[in-house]
Amino acid sequence: MEVVSSVRTPLVTGAKTVGDVTQDICERVEAKPAKSWFLAIAISLCFLAVGIYSLYVTLWEGIGVWGLNKTIGWAWDITNFVWWVGIGHAGTLISAILLLFRQKWRMSINRAAEAMTIFAVICAAIFPLVHMGRLWLGFYWVLPLPNTFGSLWVNFNSPLLWDVFAITTYFTVSLVFWYIGLIPDFATIRDRAKNKISAAIYGALSFGWTGAAKDWSRYETVSLILAGLATPLVLSVHTIVSFDFATSIIPGWHTTIFPPYFVAGAVFSGFAMVLTLMLITRKVYKLEDYITIQHIENMNIIIIVTGSIVGIAYLTELFMAWYSGVSYEQYAFLNRATGPYWWAYATMMTCNVVSPQLFWFKKIRTSLWATFALSIVVNIGMWFERFVIIVTSLHRDFLPSSWAMFYPTFYDVGDYLFTFGFFFTAFFLFAKFFPVINMAEVKGIIKSNTSSQKALK
Amino acid sequence: MTTGTNYILGVYGDDDAALKAVKQIRAAGVKVHEVYSPFPIHGIDEALGYKRSRLPRAAFMFGTLGLILALTMQFWMLGYDWQMIIGGKNYASLPPFIPVTFELTVLLSALGMVATFMIASDLKPYKKARIFDIRITDDKHVVAIDLASNNALAKEEISSIVAQSGAEEVNEKIFE
Repeated sequence: MEVVSSVRTPLVTGAKTVGDVTQDICERVEAKPAKSWFLAIAISLCFLAVGIYSLYVTLWEGIGVWGLNKTIGWAWDITNFVWWVGIGHAGTLISAILLLFRQKWRMSINRAAEAMTIFAVICAAIFPLVHMGRLWLGFYWVLPLPNTFGSLWVNFNSPLLWDVFAITTYFTVSLVFWYIGLIPDFATIRDRAKNKISAAIYGALSFGWTGAAKDWSRYETVSLILAGLATPLVLSVHTIVSFDFATSIIPGWHTTIFPPYFVAGAVFSGFAMVLTLMLITRKVYKLEDYITIQHIENMNIIIIVTGSIVGIAYLTELFMAWYSGVSYEQYAFLNRATGPYWWAYATMMTCNVVSPQLFWFKKIRTSLWATFALSIVVNIGMWFERFVIIVTSLHRDFLPSSWAMFYPTFYDVGDYLFTFGFFFTAFFLFAKFFPVINMAEVKGIIKSNTSSQKALK
Repeated sequence: MTTGTNYILGVYGDDDAALKAVKQIRAAGVKVHEVYSPFPIHGIDEALGYKRSRLPRAAFMFGTLGLILALTMQFWMLGYDWQMIIGGKNYASLPPFIPVTFELTVLLSALGMVATFMIASDLKPYKKARIFDIRITDDKHVVAIDLASNNALAKEEISSIVAQSGAEEVNEKIFE
């Protein structure tokens, strides 16, 4: 018997019973999709269609269709890659790190956040894959496969190769973690299925789950250990992404604070994306009793913390550039703030450093509209952060004769749209056909939760 | 006598009631086949006399395997099979191999443990679930008692023990 303090705000409101949880979540899966859902998926598919055309041209013609030039060899592609990987980080933080810290408020948001992680990592992976040019030969370039050149092996000293291993492992482990959590909930849908087709599909997806105590015991062990493995994993992923830059000698990239700063930035943008999507899902699916203001406030507090870490990192970079006495380093930062890309730097500073500080006001961090608006602002800011780091560090290199500017082409934008189309299509399909809230976990806290609500009355 | 396996089921609406019932039923000398519930009941493992899962050991062993494989692969490929000078450094040294080693350790540990779990619990896509009560995955907790393993007691006796343990319903289930 678990005792929860009556002072603590209940995690699930509306005096729900265990049966109500099943009913509330399953009926979204069983009911015919709403008109708003069709509209949402139609818009996503339009983005996807434009994106597919753009990606097709990029693959057919080569990456020359992008706006890259001799000076700026990385621009939107890697910006988008880092941005999407970062967005994925919130899902693992919620499901793994908050599980280890026994934060029960994670339970009603972890399923959707993990789904976002998986879709975001797929979106991220598209950019380095396309950037390889001849993607169909890429397997030999990035995986240690025997080949007819010797075998000439991959270079294990390269951070780009570490990235391949980090992203692949991260994707696989996240997918497995997510799926293990889904099995008991698929069994619930299977046992409620009205027709043969859905019974067969959810039956196969549920892997023959019966809810036996022995299986639950193993399930809990597996969840705990996967959380323990995913925690250092998620920290390693963005650390290694930052190594792509930090191990180079480019002024503006050659920085030892990159790993922690990138991880904080990733969690920051990830929580912003979780908020954007969860506020919509909560409204459309009427999940106000499961995703309460308390959940939103907690996520906003994480945004203040990580946003402030990012802000400190920006200031530390500026200080180190000055303090190092290296003229190239100093110029790189002066050029960032006052050069031709000052507007990108200003956007980044405003969106990432100033805007999250508004969440110190309780009124703002408990307001749905303010949270929704700021969550989008944060993600715009985080996109610009990567753009600033990548493009402004490259565009004025050591030879003034090769200084250049980057102008995106239709295909730069189109390939980015592809990932948006894919991400939202995948998310809407998930929200329709999968249980958006982890029913089994939420059922486990219902009793202690309702007794604390009774004590309040 | 009916053919197949015959079970007596105690249905409970609450996890603590099911936990208490399991202790009572086992104290009365009845062997419990298994308890089925919509979410994990804390303390049920001890009440049923289950040993701690050995899955952490599986995870550790698969992780160690990943670590050894990753290090062997990298040192063999770059240090022995095709030596190359990259950036004027040694052919093979440990520090740059750590990221890949870490990732492969985590990957094999996670996949190996999950595969062990799937095999141990016999979970697979084409498996037909052995459903004792359709409401288990909704909100009911079921204590199942296999009659064949309780030969010493009559069916009626077991039913009355289950009923006294606070069951909302006492049902019978026959698997052909």
